[in-house]
Amino acid sequence: MTGYMYPNEIELQWSLLIVLYPYITGLVAGAFILASLERVFNVREVQPTYRLALLTALAFLLVAPLPLLAHLGHPGRSFEIFLTPNVRSAMAMFGFIYAWYLMVVLLLEIWFDYRQDLVEWSTKAKGLTRWFYRLMTLGATDVSPRALRFDATAGRIITIVGIPSAFLLHGYVGFIFGSVKANPWWNSVLIPVVFLFSAIVSGIAAVLLIYVASCRIRRVQVDMLCLDKLGSFLFYALTVDFSLEMLDFIHRLYAAEESIKILSAMVTSRLFISLVVLQVLLGTLLPLLVLAVISPAFERRAIVPVPPAWRRRIFVVAALLVQVGIFCTRWNVVIGGQLFSKSLRGLTVFKLQMYGLEGFWVSLALLLLPLAILVVLIRLLPPWTNGHAAPAPLNAEARLS
Amino acid sequence: MADAGTGRQAGQVRQTGDPTNANLDRRDFLKTCAVAPIAGVMLYVVRVAAGEGDQRGAAYKATDHDYGMAVDISKCIGCGRCAEACQIENDVPHEGGYCRTWVGRYVTTIDSETIVQTIDKPKPAVDEKTILRTFFAPKLCNHCAKPPCVQVCPVGATFITQDGVVLVDKEYCIGCRYCIQACPYGARYLDPRSKTADKCTFCYHRVTRGLVPACVEVCPAGARIFGELHDRASPLARYLRFSKLQVLKPHLNTEPKVYYANLDGEVR
Repeated sequence: MTGYMYPNEIELQWSLLIVLYPYITGLVAGAFILASLERVFNVREVQPTYRLALLTALAFLLVAPLPLLAHLGHPGRSFEIFLTPNVRSAMAMFGFIYAWYLMVVLLLEIWFDYRQDLVEWSTKAKGLTRWFYRLMTLGATDVSPRALRFDATAGRIITIVGIPSAFLLHGYVGFIFGSVKANPWWNSVLIPVVFLFSAIVSGIAAVLLIYVASCRIRRVQVDMLCLDKLGSFLFYALTVDFSLEMLDFIHRLYAAEESIKILSAMVTSRLFISLVVLQVLLGTLLPLLVLAVISPAFERRAIVPVPPAWRRRIFVVAALLVQVGIFCTRWNVVIGGQLFSKSLRGLTVFKLQMYGLEGFWVSLALLLLPLAILVVLIRLLPPWTNGHAAPAPLNAEARLS
Repeated sequence: MADAGTGRQAGQVRQTGDPTNANLDRRDFLKTCAVAPIAGVMLYVVRVAAGEGDQRGAAYKATDHDYGMAVDISKCIGCGRCAEACQIENDVPHEGGYCRTWVGRYVTTIDSETIVQTIDKPKPAVDEKTILRTFFAPKLCNHCAKPPCVQVCPVGATFITQDGVVLVDKEYCIGCRYCIQACPYGARYLDPRSKTADKCTFCYHRVTRGLVPACVEVCPAGARIFGELHDRASPLARYLRFSKLQVLKPHLNTEPKVYYANLDGEVR
């Protein structure tokens, strides 16, 4: 601790679990928005990742409330948020926004998209899985062209409703922090927007990584046209995200309100590694540069042509760096917002625990859990046997040459 | 009050004259007439000064009250007895350094650097030679009229009472700590024993019995004035009327009900 802290500020209130919460919901919103863009704007190239993105969003969404629940002093009373919510509280709205997003958007969209397959699997599968698929059809076994047209229309409408819902889901998480007027590090109208674009960035990067990993596990060739498009999308989203963050940064520096002194001291000392090095240099600028050069972000051809095998590896490294960067963004918001005193006179330190509910290992488990859920979801609802979808895109190299 | 006066009057009559004699001594009669009302007034003053208002024993009606506090920075001597009394009175878990109230010691050195320390118990003085100027600022929950903590609580476990005090329902708090983040004054903490949010209650258990908060009770300098905000005759209302006042962080529009007189700009 340096300088002066109010006596009740020495202990940090929100630790690693609360860092995970915006990180995980960001992945959900980002993955869903990627899938929606493909559907609404009919981006054929990224079609191989459409269902994968939906399942990724679902897997992460199922885990999203867990860090919050584990963090509560009284998890047993958490249902009070639903039963007797304080309607003026931003946090009280979480349950409703979450339920809306899970029930009305994600599950419905997945169901309409998979319905034809579910009907087919319920006749072909054997034993328990047959019953599972039969249950999943909810009795809607009509696969006539008219019924399928209805599925497509319903899916499209849900997607259109889903995009603002995904914006709401993560913009809202940003609002939880941005609306705290007591905290000058959080209190900014830009925070929900920055959260949203960083969510899109992390979602695209996550789907890219999961797609490449799934191809490797299935021993199939990565569709480079899809990967190039994902790389371009990642570049665009990263550009907007970085511009917004810079706008926030420059605005703070230029306005130089009374908190600027302590916040500058925090950024150049406590947050130097996580903000300057990991978030900005390695997590944003380096991937931006790499993606600008090797992805076809500006034209059909990249600035520097790189052979597909190497391009794939570079994309993976860039996406990993982006994940580190976005995780650090969440860290710097959540932890950074508690490192300085509201008296604006001192800085405290955050000591990461290894064990216990708030510890490193529990957080790591909560980060790996969605991947385990995703594996189960992929086994139950294989995303690559989309029989009724448009034919798979041509080989990327064949098209490009 | 009136009974006390007439009782004493009757007693004195019996002592000074023959009970069978209806004719009182004229001098005694005049003396008694003068003493009785004075005695009555004295008794009333003693009771008010002891903080035992009229409501003692009577049913407490929250809507009849609106509590607030004034802090006179120029009177605080930084002894820390308020913080200590609060810890004892309210069983504050002090092992973690938590405080419901504390005193900030502001020392501007001859190099024009302002150093702030928390005084949560009596502490030794600093070396006077290095001091340019110094003062103390007692801190506590500001019991805001527009409290951000109440706004953000997802379940409504923290609330404003009808008598204007911000409280936490420990049976209802889910321990999310959003209120602690939302408080601009650092007045809240999570009680590690109950795992619920906790803070100054203005010693609600005392004030509803007509007593003053423990910090006010023990302050040897009279730096804290507690009472009714909207009763023009109350000591607090009178103090507020005749003082130049300021609240902490007024730009946040929380409308605190703890008012500071002679506040220095260094205090945040």
